[in-house]
Amino acid sequence: MPAIVRIVDLVKNYYMGGAVTVHVLKDLNLSFDEGDFIALMGPSGSGKSTLLNVLGCLDRPTRGRYFLGEVDVSEMSDDQLSEVRSTYLGFIFQSYNLLPQYTVVENIELPLLYQGIKLDERTKERCIELAGMVGLGDRLDHRPLQLSGGQQQRVAIARSLVNDPHLILGDEPTGNLDSRTSVEIMQMLRGLNRAGKTIIMVTHENDIAAWARRVVRLRDGRVESDTRNDTRVMAEMN
Amino acid sequence: MSDFFSLSLSNPGLLGLAGLMICGVIAWASGLARLISAGNRAKFQRSVILAARSLWLHKLRSFLSVLGIIIGTAAVISLMGFGKGSMQDALADIKRQGATNIIVRSVKPPDDSFTASRGFVSNYGLVQKDLDRFQTFGDAISMTVPMRVFPTETRYLDRMINGRVVATVPEYAEVNKLEMASGRFLVGGDDVERNDDATMLNVCVLGAEAADKLFPFENPIDQSVQMKSMRFKVVGVVKERMPTGGTGGSLAAEDYNRDIYIPFKTSVARFGGIIFTRASGSRSAEKVDISQVTLTVDAEVDSPAGRAKVQAIGDEVKRILEEEHYQKTRKRDYAVTIPLDRLEEAERSQTRFTNLLVVIASISLVVGGIGIMNIMLATVTERTREIGIRRALGAKRRDITMQFLVEAVVQTTIGGLCGVILGLSNLFTLPFLAKWIASEKLPAEVDVRAIYLSVIVSIGVGVVFGLYPAWRAAKLDPIEALRHD
Repeated sequence: MPAIVRIVDLVKNYYMGGAVTVHVLKDLNLSFDEGDFIALMGPSGSGKSTLLNVLGCLDRPTRGRYFLGEVDVSEMSDDQLSEVRSTYLGFIFQSYNLLPQYTVVENIELPLLYQGIKLDERTKERCIELAGMVGLGDRLDHRPLQLSGGQQQRVAIARSLVNDPHLILGDEPTGNLDSRTSVEIMQMLRGLNRAGKTIIMVTHENDIAAWARRVVRLRDGRVESDTRNDTRVMAEMN
Repeated sequence: MSDFFSLSLSNPGLLGLAGLMICGVIAWASGLARLISAGNRAKFQRSVILAARSLWLHKLRSFLSVLGIIIGTAAVISLMGFGKGSMQDALADIKRQGATNIIVRSVKPPDDSFTASRGFVSNYGLVQKDLDRFQTFGDAISMTVPMRVFPTETRYLDRMINGRVVATVPEYAEVNKLEMASGRFLVGGDDVERNDDATMLNVCVLGAEAADKLFPFENPIDQSVQMKSMRFKVVGVVKERMPTGGTGGSLAAEDYNRDIYIPFKTSVARFGGIIFTRASGSRSAEKVDISQVTLTVDAEVDSPAGRAKVQAIGDEVKRILEEEHYQKTRKRDYAVTIPLDRLEEAERSQTRFTNLLVVIASISLVVGGIGIMNIMLATVTERTREIGIRRALGAKRRDITMQFLVEAVVQTTIGGLCGVILGLSNLFTLPFLAKWIASEKLPAEVDVRAIYLSVIVSIGVGVVFGLYPAWRAAKLDPIEALRHD
């Protein structure tokens, strides 16, 4: 399997004013395969969220290289990064981050608005199809506040798929959900992974990380452990 | 003082404001051009729709924040409309007097009180020779209308009116735009050349009120009225005339409706050269050949060349009179009135006044713009998270700038259009209200330039005052924006 994400000697420092520098990521080297399902774990302050931001092209590394597919995105301009996010990436957030003034369909449509493609009946049909796929075919014109947390997160998943991304990034996608709903969401993500999507998610819960194929633990900006989940265990969970 | 106003307030104020707005509009238009040339017309249309929707989400807030724009625009539209209206009104008033006319009148010189108090006949004013010299203008003057005006009692049976007799020539009707109620005005053959010419019939034309007073029941035509001991046959009655004046200047308001018109030469033949006037307790006599001469210059009042021609002939008339009267007698016994002077002065002061009002009204637009900026800044803070989400989903900085800029411009454009409607409805309703409540005349005229100006300016206000909040929104760091609650 070719690597879809490859980071080389990645360093991320934060300058807190004056001479105080916080070293968040320290010479990180990682490579993720296409079609994999990775959980990033670690205690708070370990740098997992920062890593996810860099992987999501929301933040640029201080030093080092980040190859997304074959492309080095570590020195791209703000506009280029926006384009990469718009074309290759899908995001799922802990707090869903839907726009409250838009309907379900409009929320799913939102990433297309910034791709410069014409929004017409065809794109709308695709959004409706995605809404149906995540089980919200009967809620198309609802606003986010009329939906439960699990439903909102399903809208967010549909939104992350609308641009057919190479990579889906989840920032604690089940963090705000009860355990039953969390299982629903994780089943949905696993389904996507089976269908060929590469997923990287941050979590601090072991039973959520257990849904992934590969678990990378960070501590103090370095990789603490990098393990593959037992396929037998995973099979049992299904 | 007034020059100071026009220089320091209206011009730089208007220019500065206009300059600011034009810069804004250019910035906006170039952004627009870039969007459309990038083939993103659909995207632009959509962002306008989305902006309108997010404004609709906070209806009251949007309304309050554009209130300043609405009021400012409405004020500009109404003020320019009322300014134009009263200007047109004043112009019409002046044009009624004949804007290409030059009016020369005999004036009793102030140092003549000696002769008057001693009972001498005072001799002053325009004479036939002046009239002859005016003929040298030739074709430049289309009409020359001399007048002798003196008070006389006119009787019919036991009815009497104490009015003015105006001895003049047939062209008088044309110069003063007289309309006849019945009969005809004086014509060329009416003149009686000599007093002993008994074969000639004296004729006269009555003003509306004079006719009404003397002939309340009968048809005045072909009746005879008596002036002094002479009989005059009535050949026509003039329709009621609007009094001139009211806009200041040297022409006092005059009521023409009691006037009785007789042929110029008849007055000389029948009444003689000397005119006696009786005031209570004293008698005075004046010898005035001609009370007034109205010269109509053959020129277009609406063209600069025509105006220059009127001015040039006016100057020449003044020079001739200076030569004929002042240099010979050391007395200024004449006055030259050029209505065009007053027309131009009225235009200037009206323009100056309107400009001043518009500048003041524009302050309201600027205040409105600040209101928009204030609300937009609050909105950007409130919607920080939305900005973060949009950025994460692929929005470029430019997209965010556009989103907020479009929102501000949509807001001010709608505000501007509402203001235009409000201003126009002011123009259409207030004159009626003024007439109904205060019986005041409030002339209003829609100024199309004002509509263009105020819509462009409100778009400009949106761009200028939306730019900073939009820039602030675009500058936000996506990660921090996403973390914002």
